[in-house]
Amino acid sequence: MTQSVVVQIGQCGNQIGCCFWDLALREHAAVNQKGIYDEAISSFFRNVDTRVAGDGGSISKGKISSLKARAVLIDMEEGVVNEILQGPLRDVFDSKQLITDISGSGNNWAMGHKVFGSLYQEQILEKLRKSAEHCDCLQCFFIIHSMGGGTGSGLGTFLLKVLEDEFPEVYRFVTSIYPSSEDDVITSPYNSILAMKELNEHADCVLPIDNQSLFDIISKIDLVVNSGKLDTTVKPKSLVTSSAGALKKQHKKPFDAMNNIVANLLLNLTSSARFEGSLNMDLNEISMNLVPFPQLHYLVSSLTPLYTLADVNIPPRRLDQMFSDAFSKDHQLMRADPKHSLYLACALMVRGNVQISDLRRNIERLKPSLRFVSWNQEGWKTSLCSVPPVGHSHSLLALANNTCVKPTFVELRERFMRLYKKKAHLHHYLQVEGMEESCFTEAVSSLSALIQEYNQLDATKSMPVADIPRLSIAM
Amino acid sequence: MSIVTVQLGQCGNQIGFEVFDTLFSDSHSSQGLCSKRENEAYQASCKERFFSEEENGVPIARAVLVDMEPKVINQTLSKAAQSGRWKYGQHAYFCQKQGSGNNWAYGYSVHGPRHEESIMNLIQKEVEKCDSLSGFFIIMSMAGGTGSGIGAFVTQNLQDHYAHSLKMNQIIWPYGTGEVIVQNYNSILTLSHLYRSSDALLVHENDAVHKICAKLMNIKQISFSDINQVLAHQLGSVFQPVYSAEGSFHYRRNPLGDLMENLVPHPEFKMLGVRNIPQMSENSLAYSTFTWAGLLKHLRQMLISNAKMEEGIDWQVRPPISGLPPLGKMPLNKELHFNTSIANLAILRGKDVQSADLGKKLRAYLHQYTKFGIEEEDFLDSFTLLEQVVASYYNL
Repeated sequence: MTQSVVVQIGQCGNQIGCCFWDLALREHAAVNQKGIYDEAISSFFRNVDTRVAGDGGSISKGKISSLKARAVLIDMEEGVVNEILQGPLRDVFDSKQLITDISGSGNNWAMGHKVFGSLYQEQILEKLRKSAEHCDCLQCFFIIHSMGGGTGSGLGTFLLKVLEDEFPEVYRFVTSIYPSSEDDVITSPYNSILAMKELNEHADCVLPIDNQSLFDIISKIDLVVNSGKLDTTVKPKSLVTSSAGALKKQHKKPFDAMNNIVANLLLNLTSSARFEGSLNMDLNEISMNLVPFPQLHYLVSSLTPLYTLADVNIPPRRLDQMFSDAFSKDHQLMRADPKHSLYLACALMVRGNVQISDLRRNIERLKPSLRFVSWNQEGWKTSLCSVPPVGHSHSLLALANNTCVKPTFVELRERFMRLYKKKAHLHHYLQVEGMEESCFTEAVSSLSALIQEYNQLDATKSMPVADIPRLSIAM
Repeated sequence: MSIVTVQLGQCGNQIGFEVFDTLFSDSHSSQGLCSKRENEAYQASCKERFFSEEENGVPIARAVLVDMEPKVINQTLSKAAQSGRWKYGQHAYFCQKQGSGNNWAYGYSVHGPRHEESIMNLIQKEVEKCDSLSGFFIIMSMAGGTGSGIGAFVTQNLQDHYAHSLKMNQIIWPYGTGEVIVQNYNSILTLSHLYRSSDALLVHENDAVHKICAKLMNIKQISFSDINQVLAHQLGSVFQPVYSAEGSFHYRRNPLGDLMENLVPHPEFKMLGVRNIPQMSENSLAYSTFTWAGLLKHLRQMLISNAKMEEGIDWQVRPPISGLPPLGKMPLNKELHFNTSIANLAILRGKDVQSADLGKKLRAYLHQYTKFGIEEEDFLDSFTLLEQVVASYYNL
């Protein structure tokens, strides 16, 4: 069983991370009735004997004594991390896993990347190495950050390079929150584009998410829950919509529900690696199957169900509804239209009591409406995990490598160009040592190259499947 | 003579468990149609082949379990131990922490050599426990990373170390519409390597077994364990003791040798398929009666039309070649056959080759394989070999 380390950076990253750990604890509590520290828990938590001074002796088997998250929390201002440490999750984190500063990055990628990067490089390396040492077999780093700010995007992407150099064999999965067009940070296009260049080069796999989609999803759920149209199918207390039963019992903050969704995404992604099932899918298989070319590693995710189904024995029709939902625009965590773009690859990760025949039936049903690239007509990766998420009887996470991410990138580039042409706010960046205009131009060209690759693939969309001649051999 | 089974990867281990379970229940089932003495002889023969004795009477399967991640092996071992009727050897497994990631190159070039010694040691131990070794039965899938990559590597190793023993590889052909996206690549590489080092390849297609479950056995929600049970049932028919020419009470002693002798006359033609009848759910069994003549006739029809099931036969006649003496115990019948209608399989394979070819032309996913040392030339070699095999089958 492998372990993963979560690195949460910046305000956004830490807030999402906090939700994630809360959810992870709840999930394992529901599954692990006997309180034994087993391999599933060890993928995200350490079992520590707090009576031992210092780092706490790690206990590898036996009853759970005190769980510590395998996490590194980084923020350049103290507010968010302090709040976490004073909240109910304070025991899950080790004070030695934090790196904080006072002043913050001021929404400036250059500050985050160049200044704080060099300042804290040693410390960061040390904390990461420590976490890695605690792991038997470290497989993956999960990095959570936003693209629009300064710390998350700047320091976060600096971290990627460090991880690549220090741990080249460990996968780097990045969950990035992209700024929506009504974002309150004016320089977010600059920050995002500069960060994208790093993501292109140093991440193994990126799960882009945008706030607008999350917000739409939450509003829709609220509508259903509050409008009183609560037939037996919707339970208001599912893990996704409410934090009832969560450790954080205080007043709901506005981003809570949205962060919950992202946390669910991460849990479902790793569920087949942690729990048993009839068709397992490990994290390295995600990269192997969904990334046909090293540059094109952006995966659009969609998650269903977003509310609970009350019945235990779901007749097949409801199950099919879950599959259809996963491919509808409403359930996607990023504004995109995969059905009208080209699929390069698609993965379906199912949790709960779903069997292979259900899966096959739905794939057959949905395939005609989706367009796959010519050389990957049967491009599905499937996995079945027998452990359902808390509060649901089954769930589905669909990850698609699809050219529909292109419009988002194009839009981002346009917003960037609008600012850049006028050289607005540029001086804040150029003031930072090591930052020059060439950084900007390089970043834009890297993004343009990526868009170009997607364009090329899109161009093959309408071409009929070329009949490549078989290898002929002399008999 | 005994057979040592090597179970590789998630698929191999899950199927292997069902196979041993079926073999055990078959030989110990209470509804015998034969006399007691016959039953005992049958039991003894079956047991000797697949199980070895332990002190407290619980038979231990002659198997080595290999996987690169621990979940499935743990499950398999505990399921077997829990059943109380038979179990796996306590140390007869090899397991690592991190899987092969559906990457044939990783399984073959990295995991294989790294763990070669440990795996071969385990196999050696099992072999030493046998009085006389008939051969190896290797269960693996073609779509994944461990089963396919390490399977190919291990088979090659067995060829080097135990050159005189026979090896039969049970390979699982993945579903047509994808379980794994790079399954075409993995399958091509596996097939080409196995063709060089294995003695016989027994192929089972997930699609076909799925259809059997759906149509014949009336299972509504088919799970992998249903599919595996049908598979195990078929495999059981293949391997259960068969009367020899000396008459009843004497079973043929060399299962693998006999099979190979009859079925693989030429090393170029190694692919085998199984046709099994009757296949129906337990409930229907009570309402059906069988006669040998009826069953045989049905089976012949299935062979001729290359159908895997009794229903929906599509009539295009081609003459079949051989058959085997039927089994003695249960009202089961199977023909393990190799004939020109394996062209069906060749066509399937051809399609796989072609789609893998298409992918390769655009270099999709290749960077994942070249990372671990499988270069384009290796792919080219594999394609060539398989094209040759397909061509030879067509010429028959």
